[in-house]
Amino acid sequence: MAAPKGIWKVITASSVGTLIEWYDFYIFGSLSTIIAAKFFPAENPTAALLSTLATFAAGFIVRPFGALVFGRLGDLIGRKYTFLLTLVIMGLSTFLIGCIPAYETIGAWAPSLVLLLRLLQGLALGGEYGGAATYVAEHTTAHRRGFYTSWIQTTATLGLFLSLGVILSIRRLVGVDEFTNGQGWRYPFLLSIVLVLVSIFIRLRMNESPLFEKLKTEGKTSVNPLKESFGHKANFKMVLLALFGVTMGQGVIWYTGQFYAQTFLLSKCNLDYEQANTIILIALVIATPFFVLFGSLSDKWGRKNIMMAGILLGVLLYRPIFNEIYLTADVTHKDITETTSSQVTNAVKMQTITTVFKTFADDSRLKTTATKHVGEPVIKNEVTLSSRDKWKVVGLVALMVLFVTMVYGPVAAFLVELFPTKIRYTSMSLPYHIGNGVFGGLVPFLATLITTIKGTDHLSGLWYPIGVGALSFIIGSLYLSNKIHEDVTE
Amino acid sequence: MKQVKRILGIVWMLIGPAAIILLLWGAANNINPAGHGDINKPLPWIIIISIFTPVAAGLTVFGWYAWKGEFDDVEHIADEL
Repeated sequence: MAAPKGIWKVITASSVGTLIEWYDFYIFGSLSTIIAAKFFPAENPTAALLSTLATFAAGFIVRPFGALVFGRLGDLIGRKYTFLLTLVIMGLSTFLIGCIPAYETIGAWAPSLVLLLRLLQGLALGGEYGGAATYVAEHTTAHRRGFYTSWIQTTATLGLFLSLGVILSIRRLVGVDEFTNGQGWRYPFLLSIVLVLVSIFIRLRMNESPLFEKLKTEGKTSVNPLKESFGHKANFKMVLLALFGVTMGQGVIWYTGQFYAQTFLLSKCNLDYEQANTIILIALVIATPFFVLFGSLSDKWGRKNIMMAGILLGVLLYRPIFNEIYLTADVTHKDITETTSSQVTNAVKMQTITTVFKTFADDSRLKTTATKHVGEPVIKNEVTLSSRDKWKVVGLVALMVLFVTMVYGPVAAFLVELFPTKIRYTSMSLPYHIGNGVFGGLVPFLATLITTIKGTDHLSGLWYPIGVGALSFIIGSLYLSNKIHEDVTE
Repeated sequence: MKQVKRILGIVWMLIGPAAIILLLWGAANNINPAGHGDINKPLPWIIIISIFTPVAAGLTVFGWYAWKGEFDDVEHIADEL
């Protein structure tokens, strides 16, 4: 069957904008340590409080709120102008974060402005995805809806890829010291304005969704999308089913396979920063085409079966996979072939830095830095894996991203088919952002909470995504239908 | 299968409040002014419990509907939309 006329233009316009929004959202997270040092000094209680708000409120409160605000707008005035607005808000917020003077220059204004802009980022992100997915789906034919909407699904992962790629490139270009202590960290934020302007230019040339246009012409658009989405019992039941049967599980699988894996490599395995992020980058490149593959397969096999299989694989295999990664990076059992050390004393800072390099028989290396200022020295270990082990970890991370693609590839088509056109933007946005923002976003916090319980180990934090994934798998498998709803025109 | 769906509705109804109790227990045990981690600060707990309470209530409502047999035939719900 021939592709609908202009579909690739529609997909490009939607995907590029969504990808840039994800890029904007991720660079803040990836540079959070530097941002904390520049804007939120820990010794200032107000700044520390604002920092906590920036971390937690942006994901947990503002994203679902953005889904409601922009979802409503999208169902009232149309998809095109609403997701154009979210793009402008996101782009400007990101650019402005890169322009704010540091705390030492303007005091408490700095963390307050960063918090405000971060909240605006969360709000915009909450409104973007539902619009882009709906816009693409409403241009497609029923038989290929999973395939066409899966391109939108690649953007969250490609946004992470782009953010890591830009950060690593600029870090190399300007040097680690300039990037961390100078102005280098600002460039990824400033770059956003160029990307956003290009995307706005592309989107402005697009037409409104044909299904929404038809509803508007017939005077059948919703008068109160929020009331009709959550006050109408049948629709509310579908919202609950979408949330607990799919997006809740999808959120934890998505977060664990990409972000928790990154944190695990850095904090539990002590991998070198560049190597850890390179591993994630390569794994993302390997797995990304599978979003489209599984989206396409869902047109033949049904959405539910593929999504449930992805969740189940995550639930069953997370512990063995993470354990294998941990054991691979563990150098304590390896034979040392060479040891060198150096010591530097800084009289001004009154600190001594001792660095010990160990090389192991398999070519992996361990760099231990002991910084002694006052009292006990601060020890930092950095492991660099051998080439063979690096590729093994790449394979394991790529496998987890593959689970993400199974759940995430078909989900846009699934959500679009669940709700009627006149309240689609609102109805699909909220469960999606509660699933991703709340359930997914809680992974690091609740994983840390679990590890505070006596008798737990480095893998215990995984019980949260495993538990939520298992719950979602049971609910989804039992209550959802695998039938594809071909007609989304009503 | 319909019976299983309905009986499990009771489980979903119970998981909602159980999750909130667990979070309150976690907050009571971990909020500590002397601690340095996010789990030791009251603000993340306030945000998480506030946002999680309506979600947990949603799971309880979902369980109630399931128990009453309203999710026996999901295709039927789709037709009502």
